Amino acid sequence: MLSRVAERMYWGARYLERAENIARLVRVYDATLLDLPDDAGVGWPLLVDICGSREAFQARYPVGDSRETLRFLIADADSPSSIMASLAQARENFRTTRDLCPTEAWRSVNELYLYGRKALPRMSSRQRHEVLSGIVQRVQQLTGLLSGTMSHGDAYSFIRLGRNLERADMTTRIIDTAAATLLRSGTAQATLENTLWMAVLKSLSGYQMYRQYVRRRIRDEDVIRFLLNDDLFPRAIAHCLLELESGMARLPNHEGPLRAALRLQRMVDAQQPEAVEETALRTMMDTLQLELARVHAQISDAWFLPERAG
Amino acid sequence: MAGGEDRVKINWSEYDPGQIWDELLGAPGKPRPHARQLTKYLSSLSSSQLSRRQEAAERAILEMGITFTVYSEGQNIDRAWPFDIIPRIMSATEWRGIQAGLKQRLTALNMFIDDVYNEQRIIRDGRFPRELLETSGNFLKECIGAKPVHGVWAHICGSDLVRDSDGTVYVLEDNLRVPSGVSYMLENRIVTKQVFPELFAHSRILPVDDYPSLLFDTLASLSPRPLDYPEVVVLTPGIYNSAYFEHAYLAQAMGAELVEGGDLLVADDDCVYMRTIGGLERVDVIYRRINDTYMDPEAFRPDSTLGVPGLMRAWRAGNVAIANAPGSGVADDKLVYAYVPDIIRYYLDQEPLLPNVPTYSCVDPEQRRYVLEHLAELVVKPVNESGGYGMLIGPTGSREDLEKFARLVKREPRNYVAQPVLSLSTAPTLVRGRLEPRHIDLRPFSLQGDRSAVTAGGLTRVALVKGSLVVNSSQGGGSKDTWVIETGED
Repeated sequence: MLSRVAERMYWGARYLERAENIARLVRVYDATLLDLPDDAGVGWPLLVDICGSREAFQARYPVGDSRETLRFLIADADSPSSIMASLAQARENFRTTRDLCPTEAWRSVNELYLYGRKALPRMSSRQRHEVLSGIVQRVQQLTGLLSGTMSHGDAYSFIRLGRNLERADMTTRIIDTAAATLLRSGTAQATLENTLWMAVLKSLSGYQMYRQYVRRRIRDEDVIRFLLNDDLFPRAIAHCLLELESGMARLPNHEGPLRAALRLQRMVDAQQPEAVEETALRTMMDTLQLELARVHAQISDAWFLPERAG
Repeated sequence: MAGGEDRVKINWSEYDPGQIWDELLGAPGKPRPHARQLTKYLSSLSSSQLSRRQEAAERAILEMGITFTVYSEGQNIDRAWPFDIIPRIMSATEWRGIQAGLKQRLTALNMFIDDVYNEQRIIRDGRFPRELLETSGNFLKECIGAKPVHGVWAHICGSDLVRDSDGTVYVLEDNLRVPSGVSYMLENRIVTKQVFPELFAHSRILPVDDYPSLLFDTLASLSPRPLDYPEVVVLTPGIYNSAYFEHAYLAQAMGAELVEGGDLLVADDDCVYMRTIGGLERVDVIYRRINDTYMDPEAFRPDSTLGVPGLMRAWRAGNVAIANAPGSGVADDKLVYAYVPDIIRYYLDQEPLLPNVPTYSCVDPEQRRYVLEHLAELVVKPVNESGGYGMLIGPTGSREDLEKFARLVKREPRNYVAQPVLSLSTAPTLVRGRLEPRHIDLRPFSLQGDRSAVTAGGLTRVALVKGSLVVNSSQGGGSKDTWVIETGED
């Protein structure tokens, strides 16, 4: 498989997953805000920080109110971290590798992009939940389509790598959002924690699975442990890493990336949060994000950088 | 719904192609035998039903992502492929004659190319002027002495055919470099099957969808290594090329890698390799969709970033096959075109089955004088352009245009040829819910490797502007599905 094509498959999958995850992130934040008392003191701009794009945001939106934040994260095609930009990038990557994917997959990516371009810019706050769910649902369909119709060879392995790396990364960011919300609101709100962690689970479609597998009431350390260490839940970081490792193992020249992924796996396994303190949680998530970036660098070195001529 | 629009049916006696040959109707109300089933079916539909089917087709095109790229105002715009749902129909009997003519032509052209780069018998025998060859911008001295397998240089040819008002089909151009359009032919069929499924159930329409596998077999037959599965790649200039959609489409349909110049390299052993996730892999056959002079910066333009340094070296060493071979363009120079009937007679000792459009060479003083005196009645074309660019259509040209071309012809006679204006046949085309005649041409695709093949039909292009003769998609043209039908009647 061509290195250039492998890279596009990987990024195509990452951007698709990113579009889905930003939609999830905004949805959970939306729901939490509705449930929280007005003086909880959390604001939309926090989301921009979570996505790591404060500078780009301030350059484009000097006012920085909630409307602008949402525009920046959702419909602004020129913002680096919006749903719309992610859809456009995903489309471009799949468009330029359409010789490798089933035709239906390219069509669905294209339809997804057209849906986003039509629905995202002009949705009212009332329609927001429906449209964002539409995005999540369509990406899920596409993930199923690829898994069910594309041969699970090298090209598919790169899709799996991109998807799971991005997914693990966004789970750290969603946990980070929750921790930051708790920090901002102060510790006075006793009921806030429960509401918030429930919303986090729901945003990752993990509420039911948590109930079935953890069999305990919603407690912050249990939720975090579930999202961090659970091997079975598809959006838990430990599970994403297992997927990454099995995807890598099928590919040639996998020593470097596999070593980086296993290192991170050991690190995650070592984290068994008992009593969670928000600041420490945020630091932990930052560290995981840096490690995920290191795994990405290894993937890129092993498979995307073309060999020298001769 | 009882809206007035809904009750309006097509009345073929109101459809008047005038003096022009129409592909579906011989006269108002008189469909040709091979078109009877379609015209009858269409007259059972109301105007709004037809419009709804056109909308369905346009939606399908958008959803399937069938696009072509137009470079405009400094930006690349991906436009949906303009398509007319009313198919153009030819009878299988007529088509078999055209097919034989196209095979004959491509066979002779390949013998010509092989000859001019090797023995040059045709020149020594005085049947083709040496100056013409030496002044052709498409004659590449880097190719002299090369011996591609099967003696075939142009493996894929997209000929432009037009029909004049007396019904004669002419070959207007042989495109032997990087002809495009075949993916649209295939997609047009898919869309049309969605729009008129009933008609496919009841007519014997010859299929076109075997083209990608025929193309793959043709390419595989060129492999320098005797393998069951040679490594075939499609070389594209990249996503900003206007035909990128087609490059990706064909690569996918053949199961071949779609590569850009940067994916390939020529190693010290003069073999071509591609950079893959598992290291370097040997390439056997390159279906190149970039022009000759961009292919290898070592041999041609040093500024080209699209090509692969050393590719010509690898090709000349016989370590890789390139389709179409570098230098094939020598035979689609429009001045060489004028000699094609003689070329067929010379190499095959046969009369050409398909006529050429009479062509005046501006190099010849007498013919040049005729051209300059009759500019307003002629089409003047640059010998080395395609896509309908840089030409003069005399009867519709302004006085400034005529004066400009008179100057050009006098200054650079080698660069221009002139031809009489052909009327171009028409076919019914949906215009605001009504059917009106619009001019069309036809581009069938021929293949030659160890065997040869011609598509059943081809890509019909249609000038959507009333009266216009320009069918190029970059200049307001659209396309139609092309049906070759077995009727048993004609």
